[in-house]
Amino acid sequence: MSATPQYRVCPTTGLKVFGATQALIKANAVAAVVFLAVGGLFGLSVALTRWPDVHLLPMDWFYLALTAHGLDVLLCWIIFFEVAVLYFASSVLLNCRLAAPRMAWLAFWLMVIGGVLTNITVLQGNSSVMFTSYTPLQAAPNFYLGLIIFAVGALIACGVFFGTLVLAKDERTYEGSVPLVTFGALTAAIIAVFTLASGAIILVPTWLWSLGYISHIDPLMYKLVWWAMGHSSQQINVSVHVSLWYAVAAILLGAKPLSEKASRLAFLLYIFFLQLASAHHLLVEPGVGSEWKIFNTSYAMYLAVLGSMIHAMTVPGTIEAAQRRLGFNKGMFEWLRKAPWGNPAFSGVFLSLVLFGFLGGISGVVLGTEQINLIMHNTVYAPGHFHATVVTGTTLTFMAVTYLLVPLVFQREIMFPRMAKLQPYVFAIGAGGISLFMMAAGTLGVPRRHWDITFADSIFPYQIPSAGFLMMALNGVCAILAATGGLMYIVNTVASVFFGKRTGDAPVKTYAATPAQAMGRPVVADYGSAGTMYIPGTIVLVGVFFVSFVLYYYVNWKYLAEVWPLR
Amino acid sequence: MSKNGAASGADQPEAAERIPFWQRVCDNPFLLLFIGVTVPTVFYLIWGIMEIAQIPVAP
Repeated sequence: MSATPQYRVCPTTGLKVFGATQALIKANAVAAVVFLAVGGLFGLSVALTRWPDVHLLPMDWFYLALTAHGLDVLLCWIIFFEVAVLYFASSVLLNCRLAAPRMAWLAFWLMVIGGVLTNITVLQGNSSVMFTSYTPLQAAPNFYLGLIIFAVGALIACGVFFGTLVLAKDERTYEGSVPLVTFGALTAAIIAVFTLASGAIILVPTWLWSLGYISHIDPLMYKLVWWAMGHSSQQINVSVHVSLWYAVAAILLGAKPLSEKASRLAFLLYIFFLQLASAHHLLVEPGVGSEWKIFNTSYAMYLAVLGSMIHAMTVPGTIEAAQRRLGFNKGMFEWLRKAPWGNPAFSGVFLSLVLFGFLGGISGVVLGTEQINLIMHNTVYAPGHFHATVVTGTTLTFMAVTYLLVPLVFQREIMFPRMAKLQPYVFAIGAGGISLFMMAAGTLGVPRRHWDITFADSIFPYQIPSAGFLMMALNGVCAILAATGGLMYIVNTVASVFFGKRTGDAPVKTYAATPAQAMGRPVVADYGSAGTMYIPGTIVLVGVFFVSFVLYYYVNWKYLAEVWPLR
Repeated sequence: MSKNGAASGADQPEAAERIPFWQRVCDNPFLLLFIGVTVPTVFYLIWGIMEIAQIPVAP
């Protein structure tokens, strides 16, 4: 045996973890957490400025903080973590060395350079164009250059992922189909390629425009192509965090998907249709026709929503089937009552599943419907929606997974286990509240992006109902709570990674037989369904979800009729 | 691990098993990549750009 083994076997999952893969997962995860810390701080300052009685930042700082917040958390935190997941889902789950680790390191450093360059440029104060950077607003050239460098790095990382899939197939490290979690990661990588290519198509000319080489960028054309990047980048998140829901259920509970075929079909619907939902950002633009708008949202997007509906049934169903197999069979909900709620990986994932579905999913369909979109377009409802998807959905899932990542990949114990136990609840309540109250304020007409929601110096005064101000105050309170949860996560993660006790070969606590005990393939890297459809509890929960969905959808149509009475 | 391997019996050669069309599609990452990039490029980007390009320029 070599003195320095090329891989080690994880004592919990039984999977091979190659040295280069482990180092790259660590590096990307650490970079992600650093950007989350910076972006989260900017986010808190934005929320406290939108709280009318606090109104923390002056105008110029508000727009600067809003720009930096969007960049750091929507792009850097998320994509760094996603690259770590891509390497895990390809190299670790397929038992294969990573293709081109040097290219993976190049990708990492390009992303770091791009992210840092954009941050520095924003902090210099002359690039407060917000995350969307709509033309004719113009940032300093390095703002666009930083984004381009970051995107090139992320694209190379996707290339390494695809290369690893090819390598694994060539070296026959797996047979048949790739595991479901890898298939979900593949979905994310495909969407990422379209996303990053669209980013290049629009950001390269915009960079040249900022340098003075191009005289004019058409604002509508910019908006159309930019959203192919801006919204699709959030669809990468959805694919990744849904994959991680299946992964955590498999690792902790030994859960097999309720139906492999149904879950793969759902991911396939994402590949075909999810990116077309970008069109909902242009639903009030007069320059594009109704056919384009309605096809991309009300037809194609609903097929992607069908994919999410399938996951909404199969993920809790997967957990219920596994829990029932472990003996929690009493009544409708013993499986849920006796789930490992004290384990932050499980609680974070389950809270994320519920909040993403109820808040993010339902509001996404409402925003994607051309007619009812009119009620809340360009109001603070839109950030409310995407805080539900990206914060309670993706961020909370990534936080939950970190509690597995630290012992399994960094091989350190979580330093403050009690804080870890509490953290997902604190963060979920705070982030869920942010989403809910922003959506409520948006429904009452509070605008998004604006420093002064009262429009004090406007030529055409607009009186926002006092309830709107109350909602923004509650949003501020929830932001403090979410920031507290975020701080708990960052302190615990950093402390554990650098100062946590080394785990050595001790396995992480799971609730089903580990592969070593069961002498089989780890479920997370396996193909196959749970073999049962007896999930009465899940059917009741999904029923509640559908009733809420239908009620909320039609309440908005009623509300539209009141805003715009047809007599 | 293998769906194919699990399905084939000991006396039935694996090569004889017919892999369903959609499974073959799902097992081909580069075909999926092609579909996943082409569909939004055609229906969202190209169609949208054509609509915007047809807007007459203000005199």
